[in-house]
Amino acid sequence: MDKVLAILIANIITNNYILFKFMGLCPFLGVSKQTKPAISMGLAVIFVLLISGIMTWIIYAYVILPFHIEYMRTVVFILIIASSVQFIEMMILKVSPVLYKALGIYLPLITTNCIVLGVTVINTEDFFAAGKPIAWSFAYSVLQVFAAGLGFMLVLLLMSGIRERLALTDTPESLDGLPIAFIVASIMGLAFMGLLGIK
Amino acid sequence: MKDLFPPIITLGSLGILFGLCLAFAASKFRVPVDPALEKIITKLPGANCGACGKAGCAGFAQALLAGELDLHTCVSMAEESKKTLAELLGLSLELKTKMVSSLHCCGGNNTKDKYLYDGMKDCLAASLILGGQKECQYGCLTYGTCVKACPYDAIVMTGDGFPRIIEEKCTACGVCVNVCPKHLYAFIPYDIEKAAIYVACSSRDMGKVVMGICPVGCIACHKCEKACPHGAMEVIDNLARIDYTKCSGCLECVKACPTKVIKQRGIV
Repeated sequence: MDKVLAILIANIITNNYILFKFMGLCPFLGVSKQTKPAISMGLAVIFVLLISGIMTWIIYAYVILPFHIEYMRTVVFILIIASSVQFIEMMILKVSPVLYKALGIYLPLITTNCIVLGVTVINTEDFFAAGKPIAWSFAYSVLQVFAAGLGFMLVLLLMSGIRERLALTDTPESLDGLPIAFIVASIMGLAFMGLLGIK
Repeated sequence: MKDLFPPIITLGSLGILFGLCLAFAASKFRVPVDPALEKIITKLPGANCGACGKAGCAGFAQALLAGELDLHTCVSMAEESKKTLAELLGLSLELKTKMVSSLHCCGGNNTKDKYLYDGMKDCLAASLILGGQKECQYGCLTYGTCVKACPYDAIVMTGDGFPRIIEEKCTACGVCVNVCPKHLYAFIPYDIEKAAIYVACSSRDMGKVVMGICPVGCIACHKCEKACPHGAMEVIDNLARIDYTKCSGCLECVKACPTKVIKQRGIV
């Protein structure tokens, strides 16, 4: 149970993928202008992370490791992520055109979101230690991708809330828009660093 | 050489597997799209201004195809493209006069302030406090919300503190008409021969009141009425109005107006 909590807190707060590992920065600045799209983006990322986390785990455990081609990991993972996002996009378009429209361009954009590749690669490094049961590895991998997605969504949501207010303030003209967002992002990173003491 | 086979075989078979899966899914989950829709969308201006009331040009194309809206609802399309689109859809197209937006106020910085406004530099926000910071309750608030709102960059702020319309860029989409809290924008015919002049004031205050607060307001002196040889000018509710169907563009009223609020178009 301690381990579960440790993974959750590490991925959501103390090792946040945006603020500490600098992954998924494009949507962090691109889709954080308003709260509503930020929520749908966060949900979409969690969804894609879960699917590709499971897929990559299966392929890594049963294809890559037995054939001893660990050096092909990145290429294979990109292949998996790209095709699973494609598949999900098709399915959503068929099942719920409304959701498809709401997610819009964000859905295919997730393919190029480094957080997806990043978390799955980190999974293979964290949870494939020799001598551990395979179910253990799978459970923790899924937990880690889910927590990473939650952390991503949390920061995206905070940022969008701040930027919604920023849009109404009288910022200096040269800082209007993205520049002030970068400054806010750095302050937010510092604030999260204050939470590093959590053990 | 032996080490070469595992990666090639695994990656190749994975690729084929995913490819087949996607191909299967593509045929299984295919959503048919009307080919005419794509054609219409490419012909539309793509400004996504929303003036037609639909969510962007794609929404307009769907409404067009379903027969809910007609081509004239789109204000940003050129007449030639409308013709080609009408042929494509097999519709007939009646001609319509091209309109342009015009600003019916020229007070700007000349109009006196009622109080010192120090809030958001936005007309909508300013208008919430006692109807705005200007003494004239009908006049322009000078914060340029229309300039920001115009999707075609057709409105610019002049040094005198009121916006000016670049008529060549204006498509009469109506965004400025809707956004201005003082309702200072209105459409007039684009053709200068049809509408040579316009009244750059919206004040329905009495002449004496206007004189006290704004040097360039309509004071309802009725001089334009008397000067006009065609009976096109009429003062209603203390404000001069032009009947463009009668106006010949003789500019007699422009000469007669003591405060110069009747402006000749095309002159800055």
